[in-house]
Amino acid sequence: MTTVVNLSRREFVGGAAGLVLGFSIGFREFPAVAAEAHAGAAFEPNVYLTIDPSGDVTIVAHRSEMGTGIKTGLPMVLADELGADWTRVKIVQAQGDPKYGDQNTDGSRSTRQFYEPMRIAGASARQMLEAAAAHVWSVNANDCQARNHTIVHVPSGRQLSFGDAARIAATLEIAPPDHMELRFRPANEWRYVGKPVPIVDLNAIVRGKATYGIDVVLPGMKYASIERCPVYGGKASQFDATEAMKVPGVEQVVEIPATPIPSGFYPLGGIAVIASNTWSAQQGREKLKITWDFGPNASHDSTAYRAQLEATAKQPGRVVRNQGNVDAALGAAKHHIAADYFVPYYAHAPMEVPNAVAHFVDGKCEIWTPTQFPQSPRTTAAQVLGLTEEDVTVNVTLLGGAFGRKSKSDYVAEAALLSRKIGSPVKVTWTREDEIQHDYYHAISAQHLEAGLDAKGRPSAWLHRTVFPAIESTFQPDVTYGSAGELQQGVTDMPYAIANVRCENGPAANHVRIGWYRSVYNIPHAFAVCSFADELAHAAGKDPLEYLRELLGEPRKLDFAAMHVDYPNYGASLDMYPADTGRLRGVLDLVAQNSGWGSRLPSRHGRGVAVHRSFLSYAAAVVQVAVGADGQITIPRVDIGLDCGLVVNPDRVRAQLEGAVIMGISNALYSNISINQGRIEQSNFSDYLVARTDITPETHVHLVESSAPPGGVGEPGVPPIAPAICNAIFAATGKRIRALPIDPAQLKST
Amino acid sequence: MPQININGAVHDVDADPQMPLLWVIRDLVGLTGTKFGCGVGACGACTVHLDGDAVRSCVTPLSAATGHKIVTIEGLSTDGTHPVQRAWQANNVPQCGYCQPGQIMQAAALLKQTAKPTDQEITDAMSGNICRCGTYVRIRAAIKSVAEAM
Repeated sequence: MTTVVNLSRREFVGGAAGLVLGFSIGFREFPAVAAEAHAGAAFEPNVYLTIDPSGDVTIVAHRSEMGTGIKTGLPMVLADELGADWTRVKIVQAQGDPKYGDQNTDGSRSTRQFYEPMRIAGASARQMLEAAAAHVWSVNANDCQARNHTIVHVPSGRQLSFGDAARIAATLEIAPPDHMELRFRPANEWRYVGKPVPIVDLNAIVRGKATYGIDVVLPGMKYASIERCPVYGGKASQFDATEAMKVPGVEQVVEIPATPIPSGFYPLGGIAVIASNTWSAQQGREKLKITWDFGPNASHDSTAYRAQLEATAKQPGRVVRNQGNVDAALGAAKHHIAADYFVPYYAHAPMEVPNAVAHFVDGKCEIWTPTQFPQSPRTTAAQVLGLTEEDVTVNVTLLGGAFGRKSKSDYVAEAALLSRKIGSPVKVTWTREDEIQHDYYHAISAQHLEAGLDAKGRPSAWLHRTVFPAIESTFQPDVTYGSAGELQQGVTDMPYAIANVRCENGPAANHVRIGWYRSVYNIPHAFAVCSFADELAHAAGKDPLEYLRELLGEPRKLDFAAMHVDYPNYGASLDMYPADTGRLRGVLDLVAQNSGWGSRLPSRHGRGVAVHRSFLSYAAAVVQVAVGADGQITIPRVDIGLDCGLVVNPDRVRAQLEGAVIMGISNALYSNISINQGRIEQSNFSDYLVARTDITPETHVHLVESSAPPGGVGEPGVPPIAPAICNAIFAATGKRIRALPIDPAQLKST
Repeated sequence: MPQININGAVHDVDADPQMPLLWVIRDLVGLTGTKFGCGVGACGACTVHLDGDAVRSCVTPLSAATGHKIVTIEGLSTDGTHPVQRAWQANNVPQCGYCQPGQIMQAAALLKQTAKPTDQEITDAMSGNICRCGTYVRIRAAIKSVAEAM
């Protein structure tokens, strides 16, 4: 055992202060030994762990499982510190409850914020078991070690099973060790962390036995389908349910009042058809006759709005980063390069649509739902029902994908309101059309970049203007500028070594719900910044990879104070998680060396490269494309690399990167939400396109070996993909793509 | 009352003959392994076998399913030991897992018809099944591993 009580560890813990606090509160609420502990009691040393007298270990997964593997990953950390045998570990999904600390499973935060609390939970419980064994044997606890579900007295070789030790620990008043006395297992004793461990639901998934929200059925449950106003902010002025009620199986038609915009996490409102099965509810809904008051967004047109954003990006905006004198340097530059980039609205399109089951009875509401943010539907449902949070129970199912959509609880509030209204349990299931047309969209954006190059092609000035509707505009009226948290995503942290830099943000009005979408504003910003770097390389007549290395410069940590930048750093301390250009360079080199960069390719084939830091991790990609004479793109190969610090479950990290490649391809080649007269023009997978197996590249994942504190994994792989694809297209065809999704008509050979 | 044979068991279903097989299976019979994804046959999440062929249950009316043998993911094997299910586990294919019953049913039908599919045959058979998590690389590897073992 290693005692890791030193400055660096305290900093490590301190970096996740809010979460450790949440964890500590959990300890206080659930003291180590219950006052009336008895021989048959289970040992519950903290909110995440129970060991029963048989030795079975139950670990609580308090973060939501939407495909990242976190339900397996965090318990692996606890089990390893505890010394548990993984085959004796059962994992249960937590309800929404603040006693677990933060449960909002977004921002690629689960491992980086809970790796340390899980270690503490495991180490603390292990030391309590060791103390229990030492008490029985009347020996020094420091001579007792937990190994593979057994406590061993090292000098004598005596052994005590986990079950016996747990029973004794629950009976005796053994206190948890003081924080400063915690001993963490050294890395060479880890049996699970760092090894590929299958996800715990694997077998249930392949048998069709895994339970997602949409699969929940309660006795007496009704099924609801809701017609919502096609325009955000509109509401029903009147409706006629006569024909709907004639559909067999339809039982009731009820109205959910519209929430004034911005509607935040509250329901959009609409007319709900309640039936004995999903199909009848959907059929009844088609027979509704509704007169809508479309409201203030009925003229929103995404083409006209794009032109507005682009015009705004041409004008000076609010300065969010400023170094040197950009205007003077641009004026003095040998070459002055400018480019404009556009990224559209996207819909999340998780394969499982939003859904929730609610049962309101006797002034209490119990909910079953796929949610990324288990405490949020509790709060939202309590608010719309006028209950206290203690009267709302949220059971978290598996999530059939989420990508940010299921961190919003509007669909849960719909079910809660309907259950109270109809007096029985009800399941609200969105259709795919509902999901595409009433999403919290990824923000549309326009960007304008300028750079000055000297006679040797080196950049002397960098100007970046970004314009997009802010996520906060979904929650607060009159928000038009991006937050520091949005601008940190690829704007204010531009890592290139350039003397004169100015970044600006222009205003954009809100017309639809805007939300977090896997890697969020890093998508447009990495697209623009990594594409523009490639444009500069070509203007300088240099190899894009070599040029990128020059741009990154000597390894250094970005000094945001010197840049006058408000940099939230994804909620983490810069001391623990600096923005380190050396790590960008490291992952770039790893990927480049393995990608075959520089080797000859056939005509109309090309490679493109991009590197980007997001969510405290560093990702690089080399993409190889082939462009047909008709402009159609194929992607023979992608090499993607990640430096996310310590890796808990390498197979799941690889899987996340494989998936990020596919999502990046969707963003670059296919997906597009357009809006006319306030109505979303796409409706289903027939016209809202996402990547399918036909475009799937040979994918090579490269992980940087590191013992740095864990960074994000779920999102950082996405941002470099689209620019690397477009840079590859330029290499293949000489045509520069500056707007997504890529229009193949622009790429026909002439 | 219409009868339907699902996984070898005959069920009486009191439903509109136009009700899609998907909702018959999920809401009336109570087997939830077959998933709703789009409702228009565009994503493959609802794939089941009708007399051994992969069909999209969300656009197959009950009337077209009566008199035929329907197999859902729950009926592919009782214990997850069908070669495709084994390969899915050996390759750690699923991420969220939601689309995987449909992917597995589609792949099982492909491999039954074509024991050693080419890359293009895999693409042709599997392009109707969307995985938003992006597990396609592993799906392809799993299908090939089954083919190689045959």
